[in-house]
Amino acid sequence: MSTATPPPPVSGAVADAASDVHLDTPAGRRRRKSSAGNAARAVTSPWASAIAIVLALAWTTPTVGLLVTSFRNQKDIQETGWWHALSTGFTLDNYSQVLGGAEGQPPLTDFIVNSFVIAIPAVFLPLLLASLAAYAFAWIEFPFRNALFVGVFALQIVPLQIALLPLVTMYQQIGINGTYWALWLSHSAFALPLAVFLLHNFMKEIPASLLEAARVDGAGHVRIFFQVLLPLITPALASFGIFQFLWVWNDLLVAITMLGGNAGEGSLAPLTMVLNNISGTLGNRWYLMSAAAFISIAFPVIVFLSLQRYFVRGLLAGGTKG
Amino acid sequence: MALNSKRKAAAFVGIAAMSLVTAACGSGSDSGDGSDGTAADTKDYSKWCDLKSELTGKSVSIYTSIVTPEDASHKASYKAFEDCTGVTIKYEGDKDFEKNLPQRAQSGNLPDVAFIPQPGLLQTMVDTGKAIPATETVGKEVDQYFGESWRKYGSVDGTLYAAPLGANVKSYVWYSPKAFADKGYKVPTTWDELMTLTAKIAADDPAAKPWCAGFGSGTATGWPGTDWVEDVLLRTAGADTYDQWVAHKIPFNDAKVADALSKVGAILKDAKYTNGGFGAPSTIASTTFQDGGQPILKGKCYMHRQASFYASNWPEGTKVAEDGDVWAFYLPSVDTSTKPVLGGGEFVTTFRDAPEVKAFAAFLASPDWANAKAKATTGGGWVSANKGLDPNNLVSPIDQQSAKILADPAAVFRFDGSDMMPSAVGAGTFWSEMTNWIKGQDDKTTLDNIEKSWPTN
Repeated sequence: MSTATPPPPVSGAVADAASDVHLDTPAGRRRRKSSAGNAARAVTSPWASAIAIVLALAWTTPTVGLLVTSFRNQKDIQETGWWHALSTGFTLDNYSQVLGGAEGQPPLTDFIVNSFVIAIPAVFLPLLLASLAAYAFAWIEFPFRNALFVGVFALQIVPLQIALLPLVTMYQQIGINGTYWALWLSHSAFALPLAVFLLHNFMKEIPASLLEAARVDGAGHVRIFFQVLLPLITPALASFGIFQFLWVWNDLLVAITMLGGNAGEGSLAPLTMVLNNISGTLGNRWYLMSAAAFISIAFPVIVFLSLQRYFVRGLLAGGTKG
Repeated sequence: MALNSKRKAAAFVGIAAMSLVTAACGSGSDSGDGSDGTAADTKDYSKWCDLKSELTGKSVSIYTSIVTPEDASHKASYKAFEDCTGVTIKYEGDKDFEKNLPQRAQSGNLPDVAFIPQPGLLQTMVDTGKAIPATETVGKEVDQYFGESWRKYGSVDGTLYAAPLGANVKSYVWYSPKAFADKGYKVPTTWDELMTLTAKIAADDPAAKPWCAGFGSGTATGWPGTDWVEDVLLRTAGADTYDQWVAHKIPFNDAKVADALSKVGAILKDAKYTNGGFGAPSTIASTTFQDGGQPILKGKCYMHRQASFYASNWPEGTKVAEDGDVWAFYLPSVDTSTKPVLGGGEFVTTFRDAPEVKAFAAFLASPDWANAKAKATTGGGWVSANKGLDPNNLVSPIDQQSAKILADPAAVFRFDGSDMMPSAVGAGTFWSEMTNWIKGQDDKTTLDNIEKSWPTN
């Protein structure tokens, strides 16, 4: 509530501090400009451009092929390559079969909803926890802080595959295996080390004077966190949010381990599990896969495009530290 | 000298270690037998409807490798059981079933019933100590309706664990009845006739080739090749040799296997005979098994050896019948006196000791279920080895033919060998070496490599 209407003194202080920070010396500005110029010249060499274009083509061509294939019927796919598509014609059959539910297959829309139900809490839960933890690691003095931080960082090297079976056993014991809780908790747990590390670095970069000014104006940890820091680390939150969303959306391993197989109608299964099964027991409906895959790709692409300006900013900010 | 004694010492250590391992294995299976020794449940579960008062309101979870669209008919076929017992069946299909089932045993998350498509995996699951031996009711059904060889595949160390469910016939050659009629070709009934026909087609039609094949299948690339070898070995060397070979009582590179492989090579590796519609024989490795037989429809190829389930790979609108666009004949044996059948199937394994689970297992082993499933499978593509199954209940002609082959008293059924070998071979080197073989590796290297990869303990 208090976050909605910040009292004038604090925001004033923030504004002052912020303008302080952004005041650059002319010399510094010039230096940065020329180094940016160097970088720009380096990447605008015609050779580099040519290589970039070739790489881009090489990377995009298979995807384009897949996209074209998703609009062709089974017989055409089997008989000719996708580059013959213009002469053989297009069809929306694959999409209507996938979305409308081909024989015995519940419509894909059910599973899109499932995927969102899994992904949204699995993105916000680690973001919330990690930003709180990062704040504590960055700005609160407490014993063993550095050792603990190294510990959290070190947890990144534990591959999640190792933790899967023990986790299932634990969930089994407390009776949440096969529910969304198992997925939300697992995804959050797996995301936390990296999230804490990234957000910590980001928060550390915020000048201490800014926090000091807030403190002088009488703000406690909670207010500093919500009103001073959170708005400033939005790019970092967004870029990590995109990462985590992509990861959770595309995850099959954790879902299949925690939820079991695809139980068909009324199941909790995410989209990836349907993709895994859509070609049928003996793989004879392989021609539906490209259409289903493109439907699945669409959502992360939308999320990415709508948040991409944060993404780039978040990456750059993390990289230019020190 | 020093080297020699060192080697001896190493050998001794090796033997000691091996005996330790075997001892460990021995004690492991002993304790397993001990718990199984409590004997099968002798209660009569065959009248499941009469058990309604006991079962109603309970539920049974099943976990299978059968996913959409094939699962719809499975679910429909349980309706009669659900209605008359009040039990709810919870169906769960997963294409990664084979990988996930052992994992679920480890994490204590097993289903009540699993349909296991490989005897090797059944063995693994029994070794975990979590599988429950079949009830006497199921045992009787299996004896009466499935026969000796199927009982053996559902058993581990002589104890019946799982009744067979569905089945498929792999000993089929797909062809176009119309193309055969136009050219005046007859369906061959012996191996020699098959080879004569092959040579004749190659001579008659230079624009096409007698055979087409595809080994490609993602991470399982090569499996159609293993089926070829198994099918031919079963014919040239007989069922007993085949069993010994599968159990590794004779080496993988035995002379008889080499002979079978060379017979396969005489067809698949001859540029005159393959790969119709695709090119040189080496294209077999890169052609997917789904695509492998398609050139038959375009007249580019005449024959394609593949299992009964290939019926679902023909494009929509293709008539699969004796007088249709495509049909399949039984892959002939060396002569007409023997009739070996290579195939596969699933086995109903139970993991929970409860009356509703046992009644359901009894239901699945009965002809009642087999016939209900046949009627529910409106699109065709399913068959069972249950002798109580009336072929007239099956929808598609190819399923009816498979049912007849399976129920034929002269037929000797053998399970797909690669599904019974240790997975390092059966789902590993056998696949990959067959792929190398079709790309040009010689017979001897291929067999020797597989023999070398056989797990030693």
